[in-house]
Amino acid sequence: MGGMAAPQVAPVETPATDEVPASDRQWVTIVWDDPVNLMTYVTWVFQKLFGYSRERAEQLMLDVHHKGRAVVSTGARERMEHDASQLHAYGLWATVDRS
Amino acid sequence: MSMFRRQAGRYVATFAVDEVRVLRKVATEVVGLLTDGFDHTDPVVGRLFPEVYPEDAAGSAEFRRYTEGDLKTAKIDQAGAILAALPDEAGGEVRLDAEAAEAWLRALNDARLAMGVRLEIKDGTDLGEELDDAVAEDPASSRVFQLSVYAYLGYLQESLLNALID
Repeated sequence: MGGMAAPQVAPVETPATDEVPASDRQWVTIVWDDPVNLMTYVTWVFQKLFGYSRERAEQLMLDVHHKGRAVVSTGARERMEHDASQLHAYGLWATVDRS
Repeated sequence: MSMFRRQAGRYVATFAVDEVRVLRKVATEVVGLLTDGFDHTDPVVGRLFPEVYPEDAAGSAEFRRYTEGDLKTAKIDQAGAILAALPDEAGGEVRLDAEAAEAWLRALNDARLAMGVRLEIKDGTDLGEELDDAVAEDPASSRVFQLSVYAYLGYLQESLLNALID
């Protein structure tokens, strides 16, 4: 098997957020400002880990730098913990919180 | 000071003997910190392994239980990537593929984080000023040496990152 197949059924209109299980949408990964990490490095990490465009990654980096923190991803708790541990491997100061 | 440049898909720098010694020393210190010297009460360990739930000690401990081993191994491996690529004794060329270059970036960052905690680098710390003050106090002090190494690692990390992004 393998390869992409066309869906057999037309996708259902995607709906309001109340159909998303609560546990899947109320967590965020936060990156905190830090006096050591280079701005170019932080931007590169956001692009690398999240596939963000350079513009988006740069904006997030600037938010971290100027506001002290920024939400870098949103989703289920387990996924946010995964993101945080990846960020820790790159030396970024990341925490997880409810959104 | 050496800079990385891109050359036929590799990231290349030529290091003087003193640079090789310094890089070996800092990478070895990071490995030491993560192995025999591993201590959760050390603020450097606190910075390299942040509390993922600052207001939930139990949640943080559980996260640590699942992730700390892998994270520690990754950090030891990336410091090891520096040690593995350095020339043996004298100075010489270091040639990295993309994977090794990324490991170096992360390892240089870990080393800078560790030194930044020890040197009490704060937001807005002016390294040049810190260095001038330290030299005025005692040019032979360990703080002068540590600040110089910290500045050097930042310069090296930036040059490698630029070579990687270009």
